Amino acid sequence: MMEKMIIGRYIPVESPLHRMDPRAKLMIVFLFVCIVFLANNAITYGILAVYTFLMVFASKVPFRYIMGGLKIVFWLILFTMILHLFLTKEGDILFQWGWFTVYEGGLRQGIFISMRFFLLILMTSLLTLTTTPIEITDGLEELLGPLKKFKFPVHELALMMSISLRFIPTLMDETDKIMKAQTARGVDFSGGTIKERINSIIPLLIPLFISSFKRAEELAVAMEARGYRGGEGRTKYRLLQWSLLDTGMLILLALVTLLLAVFRM
Amino acid sequence: MTDAVVRIENVSFKYDGQSDFALNNVSLHINDGEWLAIVGHNGSGKSTMAKLLNGLQTPSEGSIQICGIELTEETVWDTRKQIGMVFQNPDNQFVGSTVQDDVAFGLENNGVPREEMVQRVKTSLEKVKMDKFLDQEPHHLSGGQKQRVAIAGVLALRPKIILLDEATSMLDPRGREEVLQTIRELKESNQMTVVSITHDLEEAAKADRIIVMNKGQLYREGTPEEIFQMDEELVELGLDIPFPVKMSKLLKSKGIPINKHYLTEEELVAQLWTSHSNK
Repeated sequence: MMEKMIIGRYIPVESPLHRMDPRAKLMIVFLFVCIVFLANNAITYGILAVYTFLMVFASKVPFRYIMGGLKIVFWLILFTMILHLFLTKEGDILFQWGWFTVYEGGLRQGIFISMRFFLLILMTSLLTLTTTPIEITDGLEELLGPLKKFKFPVHELALMMSISLRFIPTLMDETDKIMKAQTARGVDFSGGTIKERINSIIPLLIPLFISSFKRAEELAVAMEARGYRGGEGRTKYRLLQWSLLDTGMLILLALVTLLLAVFRM
Repeated sequence: MTDAVVRIENVSFKYDGQSDFALNNVSLHINDGEWLAIVGHNGSGKSTMAKLLNGLQTPSEGSIQICGIELTEETVWDTRKQIGMVFQNPDNQFVGSTVQDDVAFGLENNGVPREEMVQRVKTSLEKVKMDKFLDQEPHHLSGGQKQRVAIAGVLALRPKIILLDEATSMLDPRGREEVLQTIRELKESNQMTVVSITHDLEEAAKADRIIVMNKGQLYREGTPEEIFQMDEELVELGLDIPFPVKMSKLLKSKGIPINKHYLTEEELVAQLWTSHSNK
């Protein structure tokens, strides 16, 4: 199941979206999350859907792949839809079946909310599908840069994020190793009641925590030995390059916003 | 001794809350361009020495001079530019998310302009033969490769001295050979000073000079040949004699004419297969 989840996964293909500056992508996703709430009728939702599918097309990530990865989300969407069918009691009655009544407003609301949900997830997935985690970190660091004036530790946060990302595979390997070592000592990770299962996590977590702290300390020493003393006076190796494509994409989203403002009720 | 890059004078050091000195009145000079191995078993004070050299700890007594600069809290960042350090665990010193980011980390810290950084990252990765792995992530690399990246990170900063703190002890034999070969080549081409702290005498055998530490003190100093004459004494210090040395000793005791202790397998083999025809 985890293999099929696409949230947070990066697909390395060559596409306009992959080439974009992470700052532009972050800004677009943020704006999109805001303007989704402007839509309130068929035309405006239609515009949003067209825009989103245009983006999916531009990402060159196979549409089927995305849909396959969003299967779990579909259940959630279906659930919201049903909830709305049950609970919203507006407009004409569409049909009645025993005590179960579907109102026109409920159906409309159900479709709209599910659509909103679906588009939001699609757009945010597109961000992670086309941007490496480290690019997202760099983009965030740049975008949040102005907050440094208010003593907000932007550089430290970005560094923490990039180090955590870098250590995820290392800690995964370690977890695997500890699991095997503990299994060899008789811990059963796969069976038992829920209580037994929770208990069996302890001999996994404690060694993992201890070694993580040790790693953290060694890493801090290594960083210091290599001359790290905070964000001040530091130069950056990774370069973010804003291109015409990024400006164009932002203008496109501005146009979509304008259209939404015009066509909403 | 005008060309000493590191001068350690009467240095003593005690960890907080411990009664015994981890280092007790140690004086030593490290010469420009040499490969010095500091050996000793656990608790001999060799790792403490590494920490003092890098200013991660300050000596309780005595002074340390690096490239003519007295090591104090004010000069620690300058002296760190002169000494590059490679640590034991390949994973726990890999900061960047890819090979090139990791090499650039030290440069970023020192505020090197970007254009120069790109150049330096490239050339130092070429020197350790890791230039084909620029965008590789650490978990796709072997231990030996990670250590070579760490060496590249040190090289990029262009230090005078490279300090290996048990840098090969967690590697498999192939990785260890890769790393040592890299160091040897660098030493020859860059005229760098190499200080390797190790408990592996086989690694130390390749150095120009060996210092044996015991209980926080300098126990013996000399060329590898001289040190390995100590044989049993080394074993008593908790050190393991390299296989070729052990072998030549045993052969000698069996009456096979071998006149010295050979440090490398090649030398020993060469002696053995030519000894008969020389007669």
